[in-house]
Amino acid sequence: MSCCGTAFTLPADPSDVAVPVDARTEELRHAGRQAPDGTVTYLLSVPGIRCGACLSTIETGLNPLPGIVSVRVNLTLRRVTVVTRSTDVSPAVITSALDALGYPGTPVDLGDLETLGVRRESTRLLTALAIAGFGAANIMLLSVSVWSGADAATRDLFHLVSALIAVPTVAFAGQPFFRSAVSALRVGRLNMDVPISLAVLLALAMSLYESLNGGAEAYFDAAVTLIFFLLVGRFLDQRMRERARSAVVAISRLAARGATVLADGETRYVPLDEVQPGMVLRVAAGERMPVDAMVLTGRSELDRSLVTGESAPFAVAPGARVEAGTLNMSGSLEVEALTSADDSFLAEIVRMMEAAETGRGRYVRVADRMARIYAPAVHLLAAATFLLWLIATGGDFYQALYAAIAVLIVTCPCALGLAVPVVHVIGAARLFEAGILMKDGTGLERLAEIDTVLFDKTGTLTTGTPHVAASNMPAAGRNVARALAGRSNHPASLAIRHYLGSGSLAELDDIREWPGCGIAAIWQGRRVRLGRPDWVAKIAGQAETATEGVSFAIEGKSLANFALGESLRTGAHEALEALRSDGLNTELLSGDGEMAVRRVAGDLGIEHAAAGQSPAAKIDRIRTLQAGGAHVLMVGDGLNDAPSLAAANVSMAPASACDAGRLAADFVFTRDTLGSVPFAHGIALRAKRLVRQNFGLAIAYNCIAVPLAMAGLVTPLVAAIAMSASSIVVVANSLRLSGGGFDGKAGTSAQPVVESRSPGFEPAAEATA
Amino acid sequence: MNILLILVPIALLLGLVGLAAFLWTVRTRQYEDLDGAAWRILADDDTLPGDR
Repeated sequence: MSCCGTAFTLPADPSDVAVPVDARTEELRHAGRQAPDGTVTYLLSVPGIRCGACLSTIETGLNPLPGIVSVRVNLTLRRVTVVTRSTDVSPAVITSALDALGYPGTPVDLGDLETLGVRRESTRLLTALAIAGFGAANIMLLSVSVWSGADAATRDLFHLVSALIAVPTVAFAGQPFFRSAVSALRVGRLNMDVPISLAVLLALAMSLYESLNGGAEAYFDAAVTLIFFLLVGRFLDQRMRERARSAVVAISRLAARGATVLADGETRYVPLDEVQPGMVLRVAAGERMPVDAMVLTGRSELDRSLVTGESAPFAVAPGARVEAGTLNMSGSLEVEALTSADDSFLAEIVRMMEAAETGRGRYVRVADRMARIYAPAVHLLAAATFLLWLIATGGDFYQALYAAIAVLIVTCPCALGLAVPVVHVIGAARLFEAGILMKDGTGLERLAEIDTVLFDKTGTLTTGTPHVAASNMPAAGRNVARALAGRSNHPASLAIRHYLGSGSLAELDDIREWPGCGIAAIWQGRRVRLGRPDWVAKIAGQAETATEGVSFAIEGKSLANFALGESLRTGAHEALEALRSDGLNTELLSGDGEMAVRRVAGDLGIEHAAAGQSPAAKIDRIRTLQAGGAHVLMVGDGLNDAPSLAAANVSMAPASACDAGRLAADFVFTRDTLGSVPFAHGIALRAKRLVRQNFGLAIAYNCIAVPLAMAGLVTPLVAAIAMSASSIVVVANSLRLSGGGFDGKAGTSAQPVVESRSPGFEPAAEATA
Repeated sequence: MNILLILVPIALLLGLVGLAAFLWTVRTRQYEDLDGAAWRILADDDTLPGDR
């Protein structure tokens, strides 16, 4: 949809319609970043990139375009970086070329500072990982020599060299843990990083003391290897989030930037925040309502899909109330502002989303829940060991401290630190292969808990764009209808144009679009009309034969009707079947009218379906379910769903969703099929099982290692073997998640739900979604 | 055992060279697109990024 005001003028040449001058061009212009030398860099997220062949197709396809300096595809992030010579090169050329190649892309805002911050974070972790790896490998070499018999001066030398490597390594690579531990302690909490930091620092201090005094045993290798293993987990976690976020980064420009104010017979453009209630505004076709307003003069059709989720245009006349953010589609309107920008419907939605999200912030990650039990337990055990040894040895302070530190090192949650992130990373990779982007590992944890799935209708269960379900259009007038439909950007016209296919175009004169009615023209001296059945019937040689849909007639000739329908999203039947067989309740919450909702619900076998739901009503339903102890998955796409996406325990949105929807959702699926929902749920359940197993393995390991450490039997060699072995077992167990396939192409084509079918209609030849 | 005085510094030095090389690859963003790099080596054209 457009916010630049050019979409609904009648194009002089039908071929103009093929290049949509819509919001995407505007979005791209804003998304480009200009370098000091005048070149402009655009970043596009292209989910369709799959392999090396796509890579070279895109690069060789875009490179010859005029004004392009360079094209670089990033296969890992599924992004294309395009550098153009100057701002004069229209970014629309890039997107339409990508479309023509079969890889539709969405612009990514380079100015988004958050993504840059994330990149720095993962680079820092990778650097820390490299240094820890270097330290661990070298110290291990030296330690192996000590374990295999180096003694006296050689052993002391090796210990000192180890110390020289270990101290700077820990000081640099340990920072992520120390920082997190300090910030947790500052607010009076314990997290996993507290025992980690404590163990590393104590082990380092004790080993330093040992090696300076010529002692036999030093734990340098344990301290550094621990950091190395934990950084692996941390880095994988960070990289996964970065990858998912890169595809979801959104540009939110739903709100108009300003408004044209009519005062004293003059028009004046004012910024949005200066609009006051009572002002008279002019909203041209193709513009969005800046604030909530009442129509004074003019007739038009509005796209209210932001508010209701309904794709059908909504006719307005003087006296009608319109919400901020709705798109004026056909005629110019004069409206009276009822609110200021801060009180508008759009601002209200944003506030609701923020309020809903704070509720979800209370979710505690599985790893943190473990840490809350684990950290105090470890500290108590170490303290108990210290006291017991103090009593048993009759006050041998050194011996007691030594045993206590051994407990801290050995219990150190290497396996626990890896138990969750490795599973999440492999889960995210599996989802990514299936075209599902996960923003945060906790999404997977929350998804495994759900027992109720709520669906939005338009854009989620259905594809949202109308198509011609059936028509009795004779072959004779097709060239006229095709030419007429080609002159309008109305969704129904687009659908009809698509239905009629390509072919000859008739010569038309005096083409006019009638807001709220349709489009009319003169063909060979006779009037022709395409639009509302009753309006078209006025010129036809017969009374109207349909009440819904769109009709076409040549003056004095018979009427032809087009029945418009919504297409169910691919795989909707199979997906709902799969969810139900998993024992989940399914519900439909839609802002759409009763009829349409019941038709879709009946078709998919959803028992509980609610129509005419406002955003607040959807949140209420979610809260009611949650109060009854249910864990809710919300699947939706529109701005009207965004607050409920944020309020639900976990949420999914298709990639076609509006920016707010994509931002609010935990998962975004880029493939058209709804099969992504049960697939993601299946992965979440398996991930949950594996995480549990991993914790079980880690606890079993501790049950053996801790008594040994408390008895003072753990030498540095035993600690090194035990820690590595437990980590490897946990990682190997997590890898089991990578098995099993996703049948992403399940279900054939979209199945049409016919909205109105009159006798004598021939079924649509091409029911494309 | 005096040989250790030579061998240990050599071992460490070699390790440091490896570390420095790795940090250089991180800094020059060679890990941004691992999947793509695996495919690019199979393409016949020898264009560099920025080439026209």
